[in-house]
Amino acid sequence: MVTSEYWVLTMSFHLILFLAFGAVCVAGAINLLAQRHPINSALSLIAVMAALAGEYLLLGAEFVAAVQVIVYAGAIMVLFVFIIMLLNAGEEEGTKGSRIALLLGVPGMLTASVLVAWVVLRHSGTESVEIGALPGAPKDIAQLLFHDFLLPFEVTSVLILIAIMGAVVLASKPEASPGRVD
Amino acid sequence: MVASYVPLSYYLLLSGFLFACGVVGFLIKRNIITIFMSIELMLNGVNLSFVAFAAHWHALAGQVFVFFVMVVAAAEAAVGLAIIIAVYRTRETLNVDQVNLLKL
Amino acid sequence: MTSSLNLWLIPVLPLAGAAINGFLGKRSSRRAVSTVGLFFAGAAFAWALAVAARVSFPHQPEFVAHWIRSGSFTVDFTLYLDQLSLVMLLVVTGVGFLIHVYSVGYMWDDPSYYRFFAYLNLFMFFMLTLVLAGNYLLMFIGWEGVGLASYLLIGFWFTKDSAASAGKKAFIVNRIGDFGFLIALFLLIKHFGSLNFDQVFQSIAPMQPETVGAGLLTTIGILLMVGACGKSAQIPLYIWLPDAMEGPTPVSALIHAATMVTAGVYMVSRSHVIFERAPSALMVVAIIGTLTAFFAATIGIAQTDIKKVLAYSTVSQLGYMFMACGVGAFSAGIFHLMTHAFFKGLLFLAAGSVIHAVGGEQDMRKMGGLRKKIPWTFWTMTAGTLAIAGIPGLAGFFSKDEILWRAYQASWAYWLVGLVTAFITSFYMFRLWFMTFFGEYRGDAEKTHASASHGAHGSDAHDAHGGHGHGGVHESPRVMLIPLVILAILSVIGGYVGIPGSLGGNNRFDKFLGPVFHASTPADAENAAMGEKGVSEHTTEGPEPETAASTELMFTAISVLAALLGFGLAWLLYYRSPQLPARIAASLAGAYQTVVHKYYVDEFYAALFVKPLIDGSTRILWQGVDRNIIDATVNNAGDAAAHVSDEARHMQSGNIRSYAGWIAVGSAVVIAFMIWMWTQAR
Repeated sequence: MVTSEYWVLTMSFHLILFLAFGAVCVAGAINLLAQRHPINSALSLIAVMAALAGEYLLLGAEFVAAVQVIVYAGAIMVLFVFIIMLLNAGEEEGTKGSRIALLLGVPGMLTASVLVAWVVLRHSGTESVEIGALPGAPKDIAQLLFHDFLLPFEVTSVLILIAIMGAVVLASKPEASPGRVD
Repeated sequence: MVASYVPLSYYLLLSGFLFACGVVGFLIKRNIITIFMSIELMLNGVNLSFVAFAAHWHALAGQVFVFFVMVVAAAEAAVGLAIIIAVYRTRETLNVDQVNLLKL
Repeated sequence: MTSSLNLWLIPVLPLAGAAINGFLGKRSSRRAVSTVGLFFAGAAFAWALAVAARVSFPHQPEFVAHWIRSGSFTVDFTLYLDQLSLVMLLVVTGVGFLIHVYSVGYMWDDPSYYRFFAYLNLFMFFMLTLVLAGNYLLMFIGWEGVGLASYLLIGFWFTKDSAASAGKKAFIVNRIGDFGFLIALFLLIKHFGSLNFDQVFQSIAPMQPETVGAGLLTTIGILLMVGACGKSAQIPLYIWLPDAMEGPTPVSALIHAATMVTAGVYMVSRSHVIFERAPSALMVVAIIGTLTAFFAATIGIAQTDIKKVLAYSTVSQLGYMFMACGVGAFSAGIFHLMTHAFFKGLLFLAAGSVIHAVGGEQDMRKMGGLRKKIPWTFWTMTAGTLAIAGIPGLAGFFSKDEILWRAYQASWAYWLVGLVTAFITSFYMFRLWFMTFFGEYRGDAEKTHASASHGAHGSDAHDAHGGHGHGGVHESPRVMLIPLVILAILSVIGGYVGIPGSLGGNNRFDKFLGPVFHASTPADAENAAMGEKGVSEHTTEGPEPETAASTELMFTAISVLAALLGFGLAWLLYYRSPQLPARIAASLAGAYQTVVHKYYVDEFYAALFVKPLIDGSTRILWQGVDRNIIDATVNNAGDAAAHVSDEARHMQSGNIRSYAGWIAVGSAVVIAFMIWMWTQAR
């Protein structure tokens, strides 16, 4: 049960960092929704991912944080940005429907989220996470990955192979004469 | 260092908020790339939730799962963007409302 | 006890004839068809005679085949021969055979010659099944079968609307009676567990007569009577018989005079064990019979169609038979049945001969003076008329007198009505006789004879001589006359088997049927131990009561007087002063019109039953239920499906964001449900 004493007593380093990174996440997420040009959305998403990496570090998952930055923010989002550039995506126009949705949706979402947050906080138990709780070194993860989760690991490699082939086929320019099997 | 604790529910709230934003963006946005990005946002929210629970229970498997989620997200992003390129070629638009030939 | 007499042959032989003629007759010559038909009918008669010669009573029921074995309820194809069924057997096969012979001549020019004989033989099969049946269910099969044959034969010229309607009317009215019969059968099954005559009657025999009021046996008796009313054309279900005259005249003779309509009387007599223990039911039978006899006779005096007069006469005479059964004089009823078969069959055949002679005319007002022109027909018809009127010495006299005498002993009311009816019977029969054979010829035979093939009077426009050249009134061929003569002889001498004691005979007929009717009267069962001869005056059959012969002779004289009065009145009105009837009719206009229109009974039934049924069926069942409920349900179900899918297809809009919306909503619902389940589990 969250009480005011709990608040004051445990105002700690962990919490401050958590709140900081959390604020960045929230801001980035909201900005993603608010921006009209996709490139702005992409950039705010990168910010969110970076902040999430910080959260992972707080929890002690170093490897995951690193992979987050390298793969997610560094590769996937770069791909997104490239596509935005390639396709010359422009700003979205606001239609009448979207304006109404905005007018109604924003306050609605706000109230809904406050409500949910309040309920969750009231009913949460005393579970807590300590800073750096996880043993997140690559060595530990590798132990699991290559022993217990070996099969899924190999399957994902096949998955990536298929994804590559699919992406290449789908994105390639169609031949001049249709119907010719390549 | 003094061991300091943050309630698990805070992490879960944050994760839920990110997920919700992803859903809202998926429903609201008309640009297909932005929709895709909302999906990625959703996945990130879920990842946070996984790691938080893994930390709470001191179970490493959570992180491994995050690893797999990322791999799948990467594959999905690659293929999905390729599809977007293919659709853009034929329909000349990124507005999702105009890709509506599959209707009754 | 004799060994098996192969009784089954008697019904099966005509069935074989029906099958052969039915399937092969279309492509056979008329000679072949008539040979087949006559042979099988004659064979049945011959075998019946052989059986009569060889049988010794009591005769064991003959088992032919298994039928129903259901738990403890069994019904088999069993044939039963006692004195009663022997009498019926001989009457049916004998008169039936004679009518087959007659039909060879009568129907010679009909294009569906083979079909007629097939149906006629089929009728014989069913009637013989009915008569020989050893249980109620087999009898019911025969009952229904003769109804079917009657329908087929009434509507023989089915291209005529009136004939087809008459056939339908007969069948449907019969079915109403059959409904009562069926309920009676169900009651028998429920309470006695069997339908075999032996078993049922043995179970009932020890029961005491029911007191007034509704008991089981009374109910069964009344229901059986309902069935008999339908089949034997009593009030209120007689309406089909006059219409049945649309059929060919041999059909009217065989089915609607001699045999089928008597099935009801036979059935009531067969069930005498039940009726003797249900005095109320017996009274119902007597009252219906008496009323019908009188009622039908009054209608007969105003009819102008010769066959209709005979039809109403049949209804009236059947009423006599039921009156006899109703006062417990079952053997008298059967005696009258036998004599009636002779003289009514004769009258119908002779009427057919007359109609044939005048080229298809059936209206008596257009006949007259035929005495010298068709002498054979005249003399045979005279014999029949005298018999039915009850002139002493002929068959009808003895049987009718015995009924009246026994009726008097039950109640003077029955006797009085019966006497008046006898007077009316004599009157209308002699009226027919005078109008047809005496006076001046009022028709135009030359004209109608030449155009005989499509007579506007429908049924009887057939020239039995094919290309017979001469016009004018002419006698029938020999093949038609011989049965007439034989029946005339039987009408004269047929009564001598039943001369009552008061006139010096010993009533052999009654004694012959004695073992059937006297063996199990309640009084007998009660008094057997005391050795007393059971005599009960009102409701049980006993041997002829030992009252003064002189009283009986007096009553006989009274009924003869009534018959002669009828003759006298007819002579006066239709011979001496033929202008009188018209004047009387004019002065009694209202009453006369009512009688001529048969008391408007048909119209009454139409308004009371038929029209509401048809209206109800049209408006409620057809338009209401069938169209608006059933069809509407089906159509609306289809429409609803179409509408629903029309609305639902908007979900498939091709719009990705709406899809996404639906997914979100759906998943939210599922998640909410899961959370709810989780809270429940906690």
